[in-house]
Amino acid sequence: MFSRLGYSIKQSFSQMGRNKGMYFTSVLAITAMMLILGLFFVAFVNVDLFAKTIQQNYNVVQVYMENDNTDKLTEEIGKQIKAMDGVDNVEMVTSEEALQTLKKRWGDNAYLLDNLQENPLPDSYSVYVTDEAAAAAFAKNVVTIKGVNDITYYQETIDKLAKISRFIEVASLVTMIFLIIISIVIVANTIKLTVMNREKEISIMKYLGATDWFIRGPFILGGVFIGLFSSAVASGLVYLIYEKLVDILGGDIARILSVTLVPANYLIINLLIIFASLGVGIGVVGSIISIRRFLQK
Amino acid sequence: MIVFKNVTKNYGGNTGLNRASVHINKGDFVFLVGPSGAGKTTFIRLILKEIEPDSGSISVAGKDITNLSRREIPELRQKIGMVFQDFRLIEKKTVYENVAFAMEVLHRSKKEIRERVPYVLDLVDIADKADRYPHELSAGEQQRVGIARAIVNRPRVLIADEPTGNLDPVTAMEIMALLEKINVRGTTILMVTHAKDIVDQMHKRVVAIEHGQIVRDEEGKYGFETVNPYYFSGEEVDPYVF
Ligand SMILES: Nc1ncnc2c1ncn2[C@@H]1O[C@H](COP(=O)(O)OP(=O)(O)OP(=O)(O)O)[C@@H](O)[C@H]1O
Ligand SMILES: [Mg+2]
Repeated sequence: MFSRLGYSIKQSFSQMGRNKGMYFTSVLAITAMMLILGLFFVAFVNVDLFAKTIQQNYNVVQVYMENDNTDKLTEEIGKQIKAMDGVDNVEMVTSEEALQTLKKRWGDNAYLLDNLQENPLPDSYSVYVTDEAAAAAFAKNVVTIKGVNDITYYQETIDKLAKISRFIEVASLVTMIFLIIISIVIVANTIKLTVMNREKEISIMKYLGATDWFIRGPFILGGVFIGLFSSAVASGLVYLIYEKLVDILGGDIARILSVTLVPANYLIINLLIIFASLGVGIGVVGSIISIRRFLQK
Repeated sequence: MIVFKNVTKNYGGNTGLNRASVHINKGDFVFLVGPSGAGKTTFIRLILKEIEPDSGSISVAGKDITNLSRREIPELRQKIGMVFQDFRLIEKKTVYENVAFAMEVLHRSKKEIRERVPYVLDLVDIADKADRYPHELSAGEQQRVGIARAIVNRPRVLIADEPTGNLDPVTAMEIMALLEKINVRGTTILMVTHAKDIVDQMHKRVVAIEHGQIVRDEEGKYGFETVNPYYFSGEEVDPYVF
């Protein structure tokens, strides 16, 4: 068994040695394909995470009071809200607390807020609703209460994000299919050249009673090698690019959207697994296609 | 060893073989003759299952190959040694490596190969050129290597399609002597040839094809003199392999 594998490995390396240029070119091309896929993957994973993070907040509706409400009226409204359908819990956020939160979020730029003569932020209630449907109904009713200025809730954002992430999902799937087909064609052509160089040898092997798998072995390994090598290079490149991206944008994104980007090393492990399986698949399919015609002769 | 029963093979409108029946026994030495386009190569390709008959049945070494699956073809070909007119050696392998390759293909162990290859090279009288490449050999020497490669795995039958076609008469007779030696040691031989002088001198069984039909099947005149351990017995015993 091992000597058979050894034979195939030895053969496939000697074949690669004879067609270095071609193998190198197809590794480059497939690496480029995987790079594109990798960037799609990175975008998808992040938007998906973002959508999920926000979705966890679907059940919070922020209800803002009019600025000139008396404390008593605000308190009244709080009780009223608590009694409404679908409301789970209500938390008061005073204008002072809201300002503190804002300052924290603005970080280094918070000094800008120090110049304000009076706090422009209203008091508000964080209203926890039981489910998404309740949130929508509650939102419609609560704005009719006198003394309530405005509300915000995440439903719209969630819908938009869901659309975006679905779009990226579909786009990457379509791209992936195209890129996989192109990659298979590239591998098949590379391997075919090697097969053609050895056409006579293959026909002799068939007369000698070699099994199809014995003949295919070295060619399949050649294809797998192209796939694996490309996947390693592509994973490395995506990692470097993404890490740089997190470095430059990560802080800003965290501040503005209050979500963090998926850490690069978590991503890379998944990417490596995906690329490696993809690479092996492309290599095997491509080489089997390229040699099929020669085996049938 | 090889039995054709009413085998027909057409290529579109062309007749390859037409209701051909032939029975080749273990240990036989048979010449297959006929004009160009008669169907000789078709006959051989059917034995190797490179092509399928339209009708009739073929069996090789006691096994009906008519309904063999693709996966069983290697096993069939391992029973057959092939020798070609154009030798078909691998140019970048030495004589030794060419013969060893036939064993590697069948996953023989290194030890087995180291023992067997020199023995066979010696048998075909080419041992002194083991480390040469095919292009460094004469045509006759290349054919000896071709024969060594064909017998190294101890096939049941050796099939040669015009093995002397590229050789001068003297070298051709040397190759015939070698084939005879292999036959005497128990391997059935089927040889396609155009060379009338060879057929006449060898006094072997001759099967003649024309337009795909077997038109003549004559026993060797001096069959009694030829050492053929199976000639009289007729029973299916394993040949004594060298
Ligand atoms: N692949 C093919 N397609 C179509 N016709 C074929 C094919 N192979 C052989 N034939 C036809 O079948 C007939 C028998 O051919 P075959 O090759 O068996 O002849 P042969 O006896 O080996 O001739 P030669 O002595 O010239 O080698 C011929 O008429 C040939 O043209
Ligand atoms: Mg022919």
